[in-house]
Amino acid sequence: MPMRHLITGATLPSGERADILIDGGVIAEVGSISGAAGATVHDADGLIALPGLVDLHTHLREPGYEQSETVLTGSQAAAAGGFTAVFAMANTFPVADTAGVVEQEASLGRSAGYATVQPIGAVTVGLKGSELAELGAMARSRANVRVFSDDGFCVSDPLLMRRALEYVKAFDGVIAQHAQEPRLTEGAQMNEGALSGELGLAGWPAVAEESIIARDVLLAEHVGSRLHVCHVSTAGSVEVIRWAKARGIDVTAEVTPHHLLLTEDLIRGYDPRFKVNPPLRRAEDTLALRAALADGTIDIVATDHAPHPVEAKESEWDAAANGMVGLESALSVVHAAVVENGLLGWSDVARVLSQAPARIGRLRGQGEAIAVGAAPELTLYDPNASAVFDLDRLAGRSTNSPYLGRTLPGRVVATFHAGYATALDGRVRPSEEIAELAIAANGGAHG
Amino acid sequence: MKHLLGTRELDRDEAIALLDIAEDMAAVQDREVKKLPTLRGKTVVNLFFEDSTRTRISFEAAAKRLSADVINFSAKGSSVSKGESLKDTAQTLQAMGADGVVIRHHASGAPQTLATSGWIDAGVVNAGDGTHEHPTQALLDAFTIRRRLHGASSRGRGLDGVHVVIVGDILHSRVARSNVWLLTTLGANVELVAPPTLVPVATGAWPAEVGYDLDAALDGAPDVVMMLRIQAERMHAAFFPNSREYARTWGLDDARFDRLPPTTMVMHPGPMNRGLEISARAADSPRSTVREQVANGVSVRMAALYMLLSGERGES
Repeated sequence: MPMRHLITGATLPSGERADILIDGGVIAEVGSISGAAGATVHDADGLIALPGLVDLHTHLREPGYEQSETVLTGSQAAAAGGFTAVFAMANTFPVADTAGVVEQEASLGRSAGYATVQPIGAVTVGLKGSELAELGAMARSRANVRVFSDDGFCVSDPLLMRRALEYVKAFDGVIAQHAQEPRLTEGAQMNEGALSGELGLAGWPAVAEESIIARDVLLAEHVGSRLHVCHVSTAGSVEVIRWAKARGIDVTAEVTPHHLLLTEDLIRGYDPRFKVNPPLRRAEDTLALRAALADGTIDIVATDHAPHPVEAKESEWDAAANGMVGLESALSVVHAAVVENGLLGWSDVARVLSQAPARIGRLRGQGEAIAVGAAPELTLYDPNASAVFDLDRLAGRSTNSPYLGRTLPGRVVATFHAGYATALDGRVRPSEEIAELAIAANGGAHG
Repeated sequence: MKHLLGTRELDRDEAIALLDIAEDMAAVQDREVKKLPTLRGKTVVNLFFEDSTRTRISFEAAAKRLSADVINFSAKGSSVSKGESLKDTAQTLQAMGADGVVIRHHASGAPQTLATSGWIDAGVVNAGDGTHEHPTQALLDAFTIRRRLHGASSRGRGLDGVHVVIVGDILHSRVARSNVWLLTTLGANVELVAPPTLVPVATGAWPAEVGYDLDAALDGAPDVVMMLRIQAERMHAAFFPNSREYARTWGLDDARFDRLPPTTMVMHPGPMNRGLEISARAADSPRSTVREQVANGVSVRMAALYMLLSGERGES
């Protein structure tokens, strides 16, 4: 397959119409292109071209939980969703708390070839929250880790959190905090409020998130460090972050697509597809999160893609696992939650789903504006499509999507990573083809 | 009615119809032969994931008096304790041809999951799920109140204007929730009294007053005082300092009992902690309905099984 792709008539995030020529490892031309010998031509009339999407919060499950997802299947889900880079969370088995594990993860990603797989390192050994993992070794490893997180668990010990924030300054790292006060959320099953009281499910109060964020922004200010807040879910958290940013504190924040669109009312039927941590919140919270994303208080959208096998969700509510798959649906959900109502334009979408997450994660070669000389990472999206989201749209190993059966706007038509197509006509390309293209793109060999 | 999952979904007519059938069932209990042939050939499974001998034998007696075959499935010591899922258990019962499943589960919503999952066709009766609902307990409480107030002329009546005070651990009580919905649907005024730590954080939409002062509530001369069981382990999670302080502040002790009007009923879903939430004198007085509640429980559960399992199921 040629490594030259001519995309014709695409609409750029700015609204401008342009042809785009991908030639080998670079975007070679943008504008009106009359001919490109040997290039595969893709008619992008009516499609939006976005810089390849970057997910700062993905669970790939490998090593250890391959029944849910592998690096290969997870990065296939990424390609299906228009992502060209994913940051892989550390809660694998073994935990990604050493240079060896993060290098293995990155290497599996390169072999699969669907997306850049950038490992996140654990903050503490085994995610246990008691001693620092070898953050420096992971930073200096071939995986070049810059984002550290115990996601799934909160670094709740204030002293340990302070030290972690300080320590990663040595290599421009960032601590991505899962903000959840553990004592306030023991046994928690859903957002604490009127509905939890009625359904008899133990409450996960907003204050358990907000109090940790408040503590952490003050710690970050005190030690002059960079803090990133994972999956912000409450209106109160938005206020705390807004205050911190106004004060000049170096904090960034993410919101998941599901916290932008879905509310706790869906839990009435006790359907475990809607069980997630942090839990779905009130309608007021989704509105505050949307406004915060629009005004920049929240910097990015990240999926928290969390695959689980069928049996982990076919049960009574208490016994079910937390989490939802999100890579394949993210762009359509963002479209539904904040683009259709005019809160965000497509250039904002490019910022919150590509440029800003790449910048926060210090990931080079991703999140660049579509321009001559930029890395050849692109997503073509049909904003006029609308369809019932079904199993056919899922490309990963697990099917625990809360959107199955729901009509969502838009559709990812094609994804280009490292100059080759990982998805075309809405379908993920075969793994053998992609593995070969990946080897070629890496100059014939890779680690 | 296909399932009985909670009282929140019951409307007034359905609730009164159920109570009236329970009256018919109670009448049968006074006969020499207490058994009806109604559910002959039907199989009712008591599926208990939590120990509750009282509730189980009440359902067992109810099903047997309707001539159903009864299978008791206790999760303890069974394959369930070895990790079998609710789904597999349900499919096992389906394969055995269960017509009705009476389920007690520690997880809120488990009966609804069972009823709506498609794993089983049986009618499902919620016999208490987590901290969610315990509809037959609320129905037997309503039945008991109605009988005390109206005796033989109970049929067709609601509980309009009846003033009920429910005292204790509202937060963790499925009995309190089911009673709030059912008693107010039937027209009663419900007042909840508890330590602030044992009230859910947002009860603004509940059709009940919430207060913290038991003496003030008793000064209102309620028709019914319902004391809930307080679990001693709650004090370890800092819900209240210790049992002495709880008993002093929220217990129905002799002094409070003596201040009540002579017509006030004292109810307790059992099992009681005598000397903690209720004094022995209050529990054993003629104003206490505790033993009637047990007897009425069988009649109400017969009515529920009858409504779910006799005739054509699936019509609501």
